[in-house]
Amino acid sequence: MDERVIETHDLTKRFKKVTAVDKLNLSIQRGEIFGLLGPDGAGKTTTIRMLCAIMDPSAGSARVAGFDTVKGAEEIKKRIGYMPQQFSLYGDLTVLENLVFFADIFQVKRQEREERIARLLGFARLTEFKERRAAHLSGGMQKKLALACTLIHSPEIIFLDEPTTGVDPVSRREFWDILTGLHMQGVTLFISTPYMDEAERCSRAALMFEGSIIVCDAPAHIKGLVEGELLELRPDRLREARRIIGELPGVLEVQTYGDLLHVFVDDAARRAPPIQETLSDAGIIVQGMRQTRPRMEEAFISLIRKRLAGNEGLDFVD
Amino acid sequence: MNISRTLALIRKEFLHILRDPRTLAVMFIMPIVLLMLIGYAATTDIEHLRTAVFDGDRTTASRELIEAYRASSYFDIVRYVESESELGRLIDGGQVRSGLVIPMGYGHELTVGGQPQVAFVIDGSDPGIANTVLAASQSVGQAHSMRIVERTMGIDPDDIPGVQVHPRVWYNPEMKSANFMIPGVMGMILYFLTALFTAMSIVREREQGTMEQLIVTPIRPLELIIAKITPYVFISFFDVLEVLALGVFWFGVPIRGSLGLLLGLAILFLLTSLGIGIFISSVANTQQEAMLLTFLTMYPAVFLGGFFFPIEAMPSWLQVITYVIPLRYMLVILRGIILKGVGLQVLYREAIALVIFGVAIMLLAATRFRKSLE
Repeated sequence: MDERVIETHDLTKRFKKVTAVDKLNLSIQRGEIFGLLGPDGAGKTTTIRMLCAIMDPSAGSARVAGFDTVKGAEEIKKRIGYMPQQFSLYGDLTVLENLVFFADIFQVKRQEREERIARLLGFARLTEFKERRAAHLSGGMQKKLALACTLIHSPEIIFLDEPTTGVDPVSRREFWDILTGLHMQGVTLFISTPYMDEAERCSRAALMFEGSIIVCDAPAHIKGLVEGELLELRPDRLREARRIIGELPGVLEVQTYGDLLHVFVDDAARRAPPIQETLSDAGIIVQGMRQTRPRMEEAFISLIRKRLAGNEGLDFVD
Repeated sequence: MNISRTLALIRKEFLHILRDPRTLAVMFIMPIVLLMLIGYAATTDIEHLRTAVFDGDRTTASRELIEAYRASSYFDIVRYVESESELGRLIDGGQVRSGLVIPMGYGHELTVGGQPQVAFVIDGSDPGIANTVLAASQSVGQAHSMRIVERTMGIDPDDIPGVQVHPRVWYNPEMKSANFMIPGVMGMILYFLTALFTAMSIVREREQGTMEQLIVTPIRPLELIIAKITPYVFISFFDVLEVLALGVFWFGVPIRGSLGLLLGLAILFLLTSLGIGIFISSVANTQQEAMLLTFLTMYPAVFLGGFFFPIEAMPSWLQVITYVIPLRYMLVILRGIILKGVGLQVLYREAIALVIFGVAIMLLAATRFRKSLE
């Protein structure tokens, strides 16, 4: 089934000084679980707001669920669910009152309502908290309630803006399990996140940086874009080690993760012994050097670095 | 507009109000506090003014004069002083607000048929009070003078030919400030509380981020506006009844005109204050900003609308400005109906002004509100 439910053509949003979203071209099919990744300020929220028809683009256009986001805003609103980044339910209302309110607003029919609310409470694991005021829920529970409210009218497409930001790891996993469940039911999901590892759970992911898409593909393909093989090591003098390794032959890129160094090399088996040797000659103690598979995080950092290096190169030419 | 969606929104607004009992209490107690404060404190009625006496004569005649002042409820004789300079010190220090000075020889002068002079010193720092005291001191003195004429000459003062002016104060014969102020307080509550709470409740949605969630629903701006103002229409209306009841039963303010007309025009005025509230909400980003902005619009309304100071006494250029202050018309209506008992045949101009202001402000506010959502 090839049905594009989200499509953008050179979608652009300019604010006074900055171009938040720059000529975005996306095409998302029904039933996808699409991840929009990028650091803070990349333009993720602005993109989602334009797709939800809250904000009009400065240039270009977007179609969501078959309607233009400017002309068909009201039609789109009936068919989508949107979960903003910040908690946006009524803290002084109870869990149940929040759900009933959104059911009323979307005019969910009386017959369906009770069953649907019960089901949503169940899958969000909020049934026993339904009389509690939303403000008194934990962060993770608030997110789940927000999701439940977003789902009350059975939308075709759900937009989630950083749904797991500020949520503990356990709740994060639980939340993604719920999203996967929705994906199984055929709902199209558009999720923005700053967590690169979450891209692994998407059918396709786009990396957004400074308003434009650097790469958009299936996670496995994105990881395949990274050149070379990856070595992970934990040296005791991180900065010095990093500098020394960077100068060695066959080393493509070095990234720092806490007290770990990730080294991309052209051939791991060939380059590992000289790295080990050079470091021990310099008096740096290395613990556990091993070869690993690149994750999304390494892939994205590498791709962003290349983009930045490319831009600098252009500046040089000018 | 969709009725069931609007009803759902209204229900939510009432839930918010009920969940916040403290604010709810403020909404009902504030008018009472305001009325009590203004009813008692903002009064230029003079009673029991602290007065000192310098009796330089110390005769039966001088004591009779002092007694005449004491007998009027205006003055409380709290001190007898030994010199005029001591009286001056008391007034300087604020211990007394006025002083009666009876010179030596007062009684003697009376017995020989002369016209003795007494002095009445008034602290004029508050001109409003000073004017009233001035009139009171003169009338007490004149009445006493008449009694002396009657007694010494044995004739009824009414038999002496001359013009007699009988002033009649209409509408508020006892000239009680409360009668004048209470309709004003009603106008202020209708204006201020309504605008403030409407603006705050809308801005709260923006501050909490819930507005963004509402915008992605099929809710129309008009539905949201109606839902936001409905609870405050009820509360403001209840507040008006509260102030009215307190005014009638506690302060004894008479309602001479039609209560129905009063309440009807009050609702008309609510259109203006709700509109101002919505307008403020479209400008302010935080509840604090909304509150400050509401206060900012309240000052000209209160000071130029004729709440404290009569518009007739303002310089003419300032009077022109008062025409754009909607509270001005409402105050004329409230005082007209409550104190004078007049109806629409007299107040139709003010009523028309309210309609024009109400519709214009509502339209402006609704347009801006719609824009602010985008």
